[in-house]
Amino acid sequence: MADKKLVGQNYTTPDLRAKVTGRSKYAEDFRAEGMLFARLLLSPFPHARIQSIDTRAALAMPGVRAILTADDVPGPKDQVSDAGVVIRANPRSEKALTNEPLYQGEPVLAVAAVDELTAVEAIEKIKIRWERLPFSVDPVASLLPGAMNARVEGNVWVRPTPVQGQPAPLPEVIDLKWTEAEVEEYKAGRLPMGKDTDPSWSYGDIEAGFKKASLILDETFVTPNTSHQCLESRTSMAYWQNGKLFIHLSTQSTVQTVMSVVRWLSIEPENVVLISEYCGGGYGSKGTGTVSDVIPALLAKKTGTPVQMRISREEEHSIGGGRPAVHGRMKVGFTKEGRITAVDMFTVVEGGPYGPGNDGNTASRFASLLFQPEAMRWRGVTAITNTPPRRAQSQPGGMQGIVLMEPVVAKAARRLGIDQVEIRKINAPAGKARFGAADARGNRTYTTSCFVKEALDKGAQIFKWDERKARNGQREGSKVRGSGVAISAYNAGSVGFDGLFVIKPDGRMYIQTGIGNLGTESFSDCQRVAAEMMGMPWEKCELTWGDTSRNLPWSCVSGGSQTTHAMTRAAHATATDAIKKLQQIAAKDLGGRPEDYVVANERVARRGGGAGMTLAHAAQRAIELGGMYDGHEVPKEINAFTKRSAAALAGQGLMGVAKDAYPRDGASVSFVAAFAEVEADVETGVYRILDYLCVADVGTVIHPASLGGQVLGRSILGIGHAIGQRWVYDQQYGVALARRFYQNKPPSILDVPAHMDWAAVELPDPETPVGARGIGEPPVAAGCCAVLNAISAAVGDEVFVRAPVTLDHIVTALEMGRPTQARLTANV
Amino acid sequence: MAIIHDVMPVFELFQPTTVDDTLALLETYKKDAWVLAGGLDTFDWLKDRNKRRKVVVDLSGVQELRGVKTTADGGIEIGAATTLTDVVKHPLVKEKYPILMQAAELVASPQIRNQGTVGGNVSQDTRCWYYRSGWSCYRAGGNICYADTPSAINREHAIFDANRCVAVNPSDTAPALIALDARMVIRSSDGERVVDAETYFIGPSIDITRMTVLRPGELLTAIRVPATWAGAEFYFEKVRERQVWDFPLVNVAAVLKVSNGTIAGSRIVINAVAAHPVRLKAVEDAVAGKRRNEETARMAGELAVQGARPLAHNGYKIPLVRNLVKRAIRGEAQARA
Repeated sequence: MADKKLVGQNYTTPDLRAKVTGRSKYAEDFRAEGMLFARLLLSPFPHARIQSIDTRAALAMPGVRAILTADDVPGPKDQVSDAGVVIRANPRSEKALTNEPLYQGEPVLAVAAVDELTAVEAIEKIKIRWERLPFSVDPVASLLPGAMNARVEGNVWVRPTPVQGQPAPLPEVIDLKWTEAEVEEYKAGRLPMGKDTDPSWSYGDIEAGFKKASLILDETFVTPNTSHQCLESRTSMAYWQNGKLFIHLSTQSTVQTVMSVVRWLSIEPENVVLISEYCGGGYGSKGTGTVSDVIPALLAKKTGTPVQMRISREEEHSIGGGRPAVHGRMKVGFTKEGRITAVDMFTVVEGGPYGPGNDGNTASRFASLLFQPEAMRWRGVTAITNTPPRRAQSQPGGMQGIVLMEPVVAKAARRLGIDQVEIRKINAPAGKARFGAADARGNRTYTTSCFVKEALDKGAQIFKWDERKARNGQREGSKVRGSGVAISAYNAGSVGFDGLFVIKPDGRMYIQTGIGNLGTESFSDCQRVAAEMMGMPWEKCELTWGDTSRNLPWSCVSGGSQTTHAMTRAAHATATDAIKKLQQIAAKDLGGRPEDYVVANERVARRGGGAGMTLAHAAQRAIELGGMYDGHEVPKEINAFTKRSAAALAGQGLMGVAKDAYPRDGASVSFVAAFAEVEADVETGVYRILDYLCVADVGTVIHPASLGGQVLGRSILGIGHAIGQRWVYDQQYGVALARRFYQNKPPSILDVPAHMDWAAVELPDPETPVGARGIGEPPVAAGCCAVLNAISAAVGDEVFVRAPVTLDHIVTALEMGRPTQARLTANV
Repeated sequence: MAIIHDVMPVFELFQPTTVDDTLALLETYKKDAWVLAGGLDTFDWLKDRNKRRKVVVDLSGVQELRGVKTTADGGIEIGAATTLTDVVKHPLVKEKYPILMQAAELVASPQIRNQGTVGGNVSQDTRCWYYRSGWSCYRAGGNICYADTPSAINREHAIFDANRCVAVNPSDTAPALIALDARMVIRSSDGERVVDAETYFIGPSIDITRMTVLRPGELLTAIRVPATWAGAEFYFEKVRERQVWDFPLVNVAAVLKVSNGTIAGSRIVINAVAAHPVRLKAVEDAVAGKRRNEETARMAGELAVQGARPLAHNGYKIPLVRNLVKRAIRGEAQARA
């Protein structure tokens, strides 16, 4: 792809006009004949058991059609993977409705009626006898001796060690309490490094590492629980026709969400038509839909009528889940030159009622990757609380791990008198950098490539770092400035998915994609690789997405920054397949060997000029030749989902269809370096972010505008964690207090830095044919930590011990000369 | 507490076009009537189903409640249903009372100011998150304050004049209007009464269930701002967590008459620190006749927080009030020096 007309260029994505003119239809915009509306009754208690439900008065109301309770929801069933491995259903997993709500706001029943008002009035007539159960909304409080547990069985998850050849064992729940000595540690404001129940890991000799350190910092820090704050709440609408479920919902992924619906409803994938052309934000919480999405489907079955369930903002704040807070303790040793010799890391993850998630382990892996300590140990506990379920949120785990680590590095640099950019370069990974735990053979995984130092250098130059850092701590009236830098990383690509397109005799290229349209534009961007390779002008490409009845190929989950990497590979493989077929057709018709032909400018023609044919003509020839050329025969290795779609499209033209089988040596990880300057008012604690820059190491840039949108958009998500976004719970009653935007405070447009910029290193990843990786995740921690580090550069190290850092704590810390934030507790 | 939120309960809607018709409706339905102005406070309550009324009286069609006009004494009268945006943009407000313009412009967000009214902004209910969640607290007619328990999260609550209830008044325009010595014109079917802005707002020791003196059947129709403080030096600052769409954590409004560097007179008001805006009479008295300098400013700040009683999470309001009052005396120019 030497001559890049499409890749690396900005363009108008096929969804854009509909979005800006309001023609785009989201789940809530669909109507079906006779459609009913459903509303949920949510638990008012953090933990309770339903003893009885009296629905008589509600059902007697005119307009009420059906009531769905937990007893109507099919239980989770064991699954068998494509490889024949049994995946056991976890009886403790989250269900659409429950008789034992484990958090305030958990759905316990749904009413379908002719309109929402009737459904709500019916819900008010339902009488429920509740047995209230002990609860905890603070993971740390639940570890204190004598404290209540969030689940009847206990307060902490344990994961039994898997046995070779056996189904993976189910996680268990135990009751874990701190010892007296650990409680003393806690009272002193340090997270006790006591018994760990997560699958801990270590490498190197950490004691030796600490011995050779000139500076050892031992810091306890708390990251916040945060809602995803998706603009579109997770509404769904469903109806059944001839045994098939038609479901409209708000989900990040298209084809992968089918598999979730199949699992939740115990039906076959062939019997699901899923429509989700637009998704108003997911940030991980709608990876493959949400279990509550199936409530309208079950009510539609019960009533024989289409049902829509709109989710209100308040409901979104409970069933939408959130990012888990992590209480972390980082003991980090530094040489006097700033090299990190050892890290001893302990995390207590607030896992909500369901799980266990993996944020603790992921936190530790990315802390180890970014700063390459010579030796490291991670131990952790995943605590259960009666707060909303934790779902992946942009850079899950990695974000929290980096937020635990970055302020420690910033503090060390100040203590050691080393420049902040320099200390990061001293410790940064490069090339095939190893990270995380060692496997059974003692090998540690490594990255495909990394150019963190290049990102730091580029950023420092653009941001004029040296000029700005000279202003750190300088007072002007009541104002003081500070600049911070931070680095971040996250997984950025999976492998092994399929691509599918047909070039028809009309000379146009019809590209199918199963990628979700979650706002990142990757559903379209990735296809530009195939169009570029086929020499096809973008104007002649027709993209089909968002409706599984329209013959989509097997695609990756649209989440975890994997799409750009995974699906540019699939697009590359698919275009390679089509080019090979075109060369063969040309050789058959025009003579010579297939390799004598090249595909360019809508033609397949002899290299260096001479005989050739248009792709339109070749498409006609493909139909005449049949077999593999027009999709009547497809590669064995492609997914069954793609096979069904290819069969439906066969015979219409030249088909490109392939699975990405390219090799990859290492784990695909993207990196960023971010810079921020803040100005704080020491009399009020108010601070403003004046300037922000984020430089991305994402390999080849596919679509600059959408890359910039991701880099800055996700940075803002991270900045929200630094400046104010949070959950607030009353511990005595176990209920959420910050239920509205004005209370849980996602950043407003005026909180966003007045000036923001981004850049890319633009060095291709050597382990993928297109050179591109994903970017959605890494800017989150970078945005958060660049701001945190700028705040401490402005007002000093003794101001905050948790995020977010709000003005109340700045003004009191400056008065008291020590941090005044609550230390080890959640949701304040 | 309602078991389900986010759908308004059924009510009968009246849309009168005159104040007289409005008052007749309020007289007829008394406690069953809810007055709807911009709806920013109203719809929150109604959608949460935590407050319900049989009747909603919508003021949006009552033209005589809108607009700004001059009064005989050279001041202005602002119709209660004038939007905050119209207050901000009005040339008379800008010319004579820039403190009110600034206070109104710092309310919430542009969209909310386009919809919200000045009468609604001063008459709005508290934003205590326990009370607004529908908990049966003192203010809601119960017998406990959930915001003042050992586990309560009361970061945004009162440091002054708490009496069982620790909620605060969240208005930005209220302290500016008190500083300007405004009068609130209240009408009912019995006639008209006019009260000082300062006495319009009441704390829990007077009535724990109300924020203002308005009784059922009464309507705030206008706010009169006298000429007394027109053109005076002023200072307004709102400290909030987000730079748009947020209530104040503390705000301060001050008007000062300064002659040759000496403070001849002042009115200084802070809000979001008690259930009513707090006029700092002691500070006004103490700074009268003093040089306007850093020493006076510091003294004023110290005096402003005397008697403050913080709760578990709102101790920061003490240095904040101290510093804001200090800045108010210093004036904007000095703050930036």
